[in-house]
Amino acid sequence: MLEKALVGSKRYWTWIFFLLAVVGIGFITYLQQFKMGLGITGLSRDVSWGLYIGQFTFLVGVAASAVMLVIPYYLHDFKKFSKIVILGEFLAVSAVTMCILFIFVDMGQPMRIMNVVLHPTPNSIMFWDSVVLGGYLGLNIIIGWATLHADKKGVKPAAWVKPLIYLSIPWAVSIHTVTAFLYAGLPGRHFWLSAIMAARFLASAFAGGPALLIILALIVRKFTKFDPGKEAIQAISKIVTYAMIANVFFLVLEIFTAAYSTIPGHTHPFKYLYFGLEGHARLVPLMWTSSILAIVSLVLLIFPAIRRNESMLALACIALFVSLWIDKGFGLIIGGFVPNMFEKVTEYWPTAPEALITIGVWGVGFLVLTILYKVAVSVREETAGVELEH
Amino acid sequence: MSMDRRQFLKIAGSSTFLATIGIGAGWILSKPGDFLEASQFSQTKELLNAKQWAMVVDTRKFKTEEDYKKVVDACHRIHNVPNFDNPKDEVKWIWTDTYKHAFPGQENEFMPEQMKHKPFVLLCNHCENPPCVRVCPTKATFKRKDGITMQDLHRCIGCRYCMAACPFGARSFNYRDPRPFIKEPNPEYPSRMIGVVEKCTFCEERLAKGQMPACVEASNGALVFGDIADPKSEIRKILETNYTIRRKAELGTRPSVYYILEIPTSDISGGDSNA
Repeated sequence: MLEKALVGSKRYWTWIFFLLAVVGIGFITYLQQFKMGLGITGLSRDVSWGLYIGQFTFLVGVAASAVMLVIPYYLHDFKKFSKIVILGEFLAVSAVTMCILFIFVDMGQPMRIMNVVLHPTPNSIMFWDSVVLGGYLGLNIIIGWATLHADKKGVKPAAWVKPLIYLSIPWAVSIHTVTAFLYAGLPGRHFWLSAIMAARFLASAFAGGPALLIILALIVRKFTKFDPGKEAIQAISKIVTYAMIANVFFLVLEIFTAAYSTIPGHTHPFKYLYFGLEGHARLVPLMWTSSILAIVSLVLLIFPAIRRNESMLALACIALFVSLWIDKGFGLIIGGFVPNMFEKVTEYWPTAPEALITIGVWGVGFLVLTILYKVAVSVREETAGVELEH
Repeated sequence: MSMDRRQFLKIAGSSTFLATIGIGAGWILSKPGDFLEASQFSQTKELLNAKQWAMVVDTRKFKTEEDYKKVVDACHRIHNVPNFDNPKDEVKWIWTDTYKHAFPGQENEFMPEQMKHKPFVLLCNHCENPPCVRVCPTKATFKRKDGITMQDLHRCIGCRYCMAACPFGARSFNYRDPRPFIKEPNPEYPSRMIGVVEKCTFCEERLAKGQMPACVEASNGALVFGDIADPKSEIRKILETNYTIRRKAELGTRPSVYYILEIPTSDISGGDSNA
């Protein structure tokens, strides 16, 4: 089926070459980092994780969100998702690919990455994270490919696919839970030491991932003959709405505990992020942008009349995605490091090479996504009109 | 026997799959002994032995700036610790900071001025329950039998999870190539490469030769080093006869560096009360 990605319109190839150029720039910049070390990033002794690990964390959520389509379709037989579920699975493949790349570019000694496999260390959450992410990538490639292949032939997917699909549901929850555990169990990092971290991660994932999927589905419909279905998009918008409400609620819970207890270790990171601490306020405009966009997206989503208008829905999804991207892809990580272990403030801001490498990794993700969606869309265009049943 | 393309692919595919499983299972089933851990290397005869090495910092004996400098320089010189003159990329094994930053949350605004401004010697606490060891995905940082929290710099993948996990800010990452920034390289001790995490090792290389850690030797008795598990050790006597505190003991990492504070006291007026 992969051959379908090799034939396309001029517009398709322009997009592919644009992405290749972005990836190329990122790769060349990475070679510089490989040679010079992570000193070319904004990372420091005090803020030792930054944009890369933030993107990783955010994208694990995007990957996990495929389960929001898989559950209704496969467990509740919600037929309206029959066409769109493949887009969710392939989005997960693309997101996990980016996760692995972000971990790779963050490593000081990337050539030793196999040490994680050669010296398996079950007491390290990072070991488990690599296990669950690798497994999830495999599951989604196999499931997506097998179901699409069956669609192409107009038959039901093989019997062995079903158990894998069921397995992928708890597995999706596991990837984001384990990722939250990376942070939530560290003594002395008060901002992260929160029992609600995994729940908050899942809520933001189930809002941000499906919001991205809505945007992608609208793009696919605009540029191809494949229609993921108006009702499917509306159904996902409800999922996004509830998940976003839960996410904001969880954030309010965190803020309450910090603000009402007034324990310095708990309040300082919030103060730093939203108001600035000891005259350092670099993240303040970003964090308020995130908050305002979250409110805007919720207003647009909560009223059914507004979200039924697809332009408004697209706007809401973009606002929501950017809001969560800032909150989770940036603020959440930096907040854990500021103030540092000596109650001192060292600020962090990504450098230009760091940003180029990050954009390059996103380029790889979009490339993978484009190719997989091209295959899926071509297959679906051929079988258009044929009712699918899994 | 003829075989069509489909059959061939099936057989080829399934045998590749089985081979992968087999190799994977082989790895998992291979005994831990198949990998020689750094902690298993044999030790020298002269080795100073202990169950849990520990240190007492007697802050009363640090008087002048020179007292601190001697200790820090002794360590950084022999261990080829680079000097970047840049806090972002900074590498340090032993350093000083004020009470407020060494013991955050313990300070109060009315404490004696001399205590507020006095530097405290800080280094890796060689915790008995170290979070850095718990999080390391490759066992590159590990606990030795003598209680030293050690690292294998050839195994470290540079993920910096240990830096996120250490509540004491004891770990430094080589953001840049450290070698050009070592003033007088010590050929007796290895320098580090780019992209690995390092920290104080309680001078395990000196203990192996029967010597005390370099900072202890340079401290004129202000730093006391010994086996805290040995009831007859000097360090135990000091701990039994002096009030000591540890950094962030409430986190349960059980730090092995203890501080004797210089506590300025005065007779509290109204001394004719019953007390």
